[in-house]
Amino acid sequence: MNFSSIILIPLIPLAVFLLLGIFNKKIKPLASGYIGVAGLLVSTLLSINTAYHYFFVYGKSDGVYQTFVEKTVWMNFTDTLAIDMGVQIDPISVMMLIVVSIVSLMVQIYSRGYMKGDDGYTKFFAFLALFSFSMYGLVLATNLFQIYIFWELVGVSSYLLIGYYYTKPSAVSAAKKAFIVTRFADLGFLIGILIMGYYTGTYDFETLNNPEGSAILNWASTSFMGLSVLTWALILIFIGGAGKSAMFPLHIWLPDAMEGPTPVSALIHAATMVVAGIFLVARLFPMFYFVEEGFALNIVAYVGAFSSLFAAIIAITQTDIKRVLAFSTMSQLGYMMLALGVSGYEGHEGLGYMASMFHLFTHAMFKALLFLCAGSVIHAVHSNYLKDMGGLRKYMPITNITFLIAALAIAGVPPFAGFFSKDEILVAAFEHNKLIYFIGIFVAGLTAFYMFRIYFGIFWGKDTKYEQKPHESPLSMTFPLLFLALLSIIGGFIPFSEFVTADKAGFEAHINYPLAAVAVGVGLIGIALAWVFYKKENDLADKMVNFFGPLYQWTYDKFYFDEIYLFITKKILFNRVSAPIAKFDRKYVDGTMVGIGNKTVLASEKIKGMQSGKVQDYAFAFVAGVVIIALVFIYLWTS
Amino acid sequence: MDFSNFLAMRHEIILLAITLLLIVAEVFIPQNKKQSIVHLAILLFGLHTIVGFLPIMETNLFGGMFRTNGLIHFFKNILNLGVFILLLQSADWLRAKIFSQNKGTEFFILLFSSLLGMYFMISSGDFLMFYLGLELSTLPVAALAAYETTNRRSSEAGIKLILSSALASGVSLFGISMLYATSGSIYFENIIQIIASTDLTILGMILFFAGLAFKISLVPFHFWTADVYEGAPISVASYLSVISKGAAVFILMILLFTVLKPLMHVWENLIYLVAVLTMFIGNLFALRQQNMKRFLAFSSIAQAGFILLGLIAGTQLGTATIVYFVLIYVFSNLAAFGVVQAISLETGKEDINDYEGLYRTNPNLSLVMMLALFSLAGIPPVAGFFGKFFLFTAAASEGYYLLVFIAVVNVTISLYYYLIVVRAMFLRKSDNPIPFFKNRIYMRLGLLITVIGILVLGLYSPLYDYIYELSGIFN
Repeated sequence: MNFSSIILIPLIPLAVFLLLGIFNKKIKPLASGYIGVAGLLVSTLLSINTAYHYFFVYGKSDGVYQTFVEKTVWMNFTDTLAIDMGVQIDPISVMMLIVVSIVSLMVQIYSRGYMKGDDGYTKFFAFLALFSFSMYGLVLATNLFQIYIFWELVGVSSYLLIGYYYTKPSAVSAAKKAFIVTRFADLGFLIGILIMGYYTGTYDFETLNNPEGSAILNWASTSFMGLSVLTWALILIFIGGAGKSAMFPLHIWLPDAMEGPTPVSALIHAATMVVAGIFLVARLFPMFYFVEEGFALNIVAYVGAFSSLFAAIIAITQTDIKRVLAFSTMSQLGYMMLALGVSGYEGHEGLGYMASMFHLFTHAMFKALLFLCAGSVIHAVHSNYLKDMGGLRKYMPITNITFLIAALAIAGVPPFAGFFSKDEILVAAFEHNKLIYFIGIFVAGLTAFYMFRIYFGIFWGKDTKYEQKPHESPLSMTFPLLFLALLSIIGGFIPFSEFVTADKAGFEAHINYPLAAVAVGVGLIGIALAWVFYKKENDLADKMVNFFGPLYQWTYDKFYFDEIYLFITKKILFNRVSAPIAKFDRKYVDGTMVGIGNKTVLASEKIKGMQSGKVQDYAFAFVAGVVIIALVFIYLWTS
Repeated sequence: MDFSNFLAMRHEIILLAITLLLIVAEVFIPQNKKQSIVHLAILLFGLHTIVGFLPIMETNLFGGMFRTNGLIHFFKNILNLGVFILLLQSADWLRAKIFSQNKGTEFFILLFSSLLGMYFMISSGDFLMFYLGLELSTLPVAALAAYETTNRRSSEAGIKLILSSALASGVSLFGISMLYATSGSIYFENIIQIIASTDLTILGMILFFAGLAFKISLVPFHFWTADVYEGAPISVASYLSVISKGAAVFILMILLFTVLKPLMHVWENLIYLVAVLTMFIGNLFALRQQNMKRFLAFSSIAQAGFILLGLIAGTQLGTATIVYFVLIYVFSNLAAFGVVQAISLETGKEDINDYEGLYRTNPNLSLVMMLALFSLAGIPPVAGFFGKFFLFTAAASEGYYLLVFIAVVNVTISLYYYLIVVRAMFLRKSDNPIPFFKNRIYMRLGLLITVIGILVLGLYSPLYDYIYELSGIFN
């Protein structure tokens, strides 16, 4: 166990961030790209090295993967409760290291081409490095407080990168929206952490998650409003996770976050940061599972299933390709959540947990690929909208092929990666909760449909006339596409259940052929429908729109959730609550303070004349002072 | 007789030697090379400062008239450091303005004589030595205040200082005579055993206190301060506000904590009253000042009021916090005066309005000034925050919560006027800003040391623990 090399994994991006941040103006853009990529390459190699050694060399003893923790006390609260800083190595953190490393590296390489000529080139790479550092810190965290610190750091990097084009008002407001919505969710998270610390006396994952530990055995000791306090804590923590992972109803920031540069969307809002919520639930999975017979876990399952369905429906109607992908991300995140929600703990029972992590892994690869392809397309046609695209397969062959691979993967067509992970999720759902299974299978069909809708829309469909002939992107952009496409093809063959499981013991998962056949069938129906509607230019789609009428409009407007939030905040909170408070503050609180200040200045003005400039006056004051003091202390103030 | 005991007077002997050496050098160095005396003086005093840090033995000399120990030794080093920074900051002024009038060497001689007086004052073991030290430290400064003979205000400052200090010394001496009358001794060690709380001793103590309060510029003995600071050369003003004040605070502290301890029930109320007055008057006057020197004069009066919080605590904690505060105050105030000095020398401008837009033209100077003012105001993480924080802690630990509250109110007021200057430098634009200029090496070095002091003392605490240990000897 070599912790000194593991600790370097987050520290190298931090060093890169400081270097690029401090010498922002002095570093040539070209050099900053190389520095960023080189730093991350080292981190990636170290991550792969760690993963190899953990999974194949020393990680397993008695058939169970061990957890290795190295930490120091950072801050003592009480004699027993302390906040530690450290590194935790276990299957999910190692898997996340790999995901974060590979996607970050690919995105950085890609950005060298995509961001070329941008004014803030160095700044961009500095922010990316900050993000990588925060994300590594998050996945390696040993306790709730540490994860919370990095959780917020990730949020800050996300904020900075969404608002990267800070001259665009829409980007600025999107960044604010993302920050405020996730901060709101994080409030729940923080309260959950504090409750957890108060009742269990520890923040350490190791201690909390131990199925024979006091936290889990004594969960029923205190109850509040009919539920155990630990259940409350877990629900609050899940709210934090739901905010980050864009679960309904805290999803509204994710579509707007697409205002950021496309590589950022690929890295942060598709592959890594948004899965932090999933990771958090997985991190505390034993608690979710054991405390109050998994009450909180049920909430996770239903929130996940609903978000998944909700987002998939919206995705069908969107015309901005990045927004389609954003809703698709939300839908897939819902998939992962529901998988965790239906999971058991031991052996094959824990299929859902393993499937969720598996899907997290494969999804990171193909969704990052989809975003990078979209970026490549946007780079070529300078528009985000489907109406400006069409027939691009002739101009951009590599992007076409890689997009197709990713689309097949997400649609769950064998043998691409998504097929395997999605199949495991559906099996887990089928075994535990039929309702969620049917939602899942329906979403699978929707996914295939909307994904091929944009695929055909971009690369086939009408032959759009372009002012400038679109051309394939440079190698720095196509290389990551090809690399991720490769992973999207072979990623499914990794025997994930041997490595990442709830009880860390590993089991053999088999494909359930009848269920797989149903899932693939539904997926193919979705693709076929998309083929009929969008392969060639025709008016079938418009007819459908007219047929559904207002229903279409609702969906297109995302069921007016943004408007509902605006109504609640602006009309009710701001006008009825905040405005009176602000008025009180200005008038009475500030008024008092300003009044005191003005009186002080006035007093100062009045006594200024006492300083006459005549030395005889000073002497008089001196002697008078002595006499008065002497009289006071000899006759009056004698204690 | 064993002459090795005289090594306990190492500071005094070396400084005297340097002073005499400069007198001789003045005679032998030809007229056209007189300016090199500045280098010589700085070099010699720099060496003296470094040598001063060598440890010294605790001893009493001349039958107890002169005494020294770890804390006194350490405090002399603080004074040395302050004077050294001051010399660096004055070098350019001396070469530009003073040596042209052929009276440069005397500046050093007078300054060092005054410092010598302070050494004797804080090392004194009886009232005679104390009084001699007090006078030796004051008289040369009066001459220094009037040093710019071509400037009428400077002469006025000199006259005001000598008249006021003559009165203060007289009152103080009168007080000492009363203490002698009641105790029959001028030795601190003897007085401490005899002194009793009678009306006469209390009166004696109050008169004696007035004399030192004059040097520290406590209200109502402060009136000379602003006029003298404004008229005197900046180097002299900063000497008065930092070195002279620091030494007086120190000896007042020693005398109150040892000799006058039996009268504590009186002087703690006295200090309380004077502290409140000083903080309020200093701050209220500082609020509306336009001239930087007057502004800093009142700010330094207010700072003295804060120091009294440590005095009132009257414990090892109080002693340590006062010494630590003075050390920080030396750096902070010298940094502020240094910037004023640099700008005044270059452009002749001394008003707060003149500083508008300074950040655009002279970013480094404004940053130094900002650090200095933040430190004086007590904003973390610069040193001044910890200085004030420890003082307040000391007073609070003795239960003076109301006083601490009053002090906090005053910190708020002071924050306002310190920020006025910061605002002028950073936020205001000016049609006629101070143009960019480059300081010479001595000035830059002088400012650099203060900045390092402000930052390091803010972030590095072991020094405080060291001072705390040294302070144990008085309890």
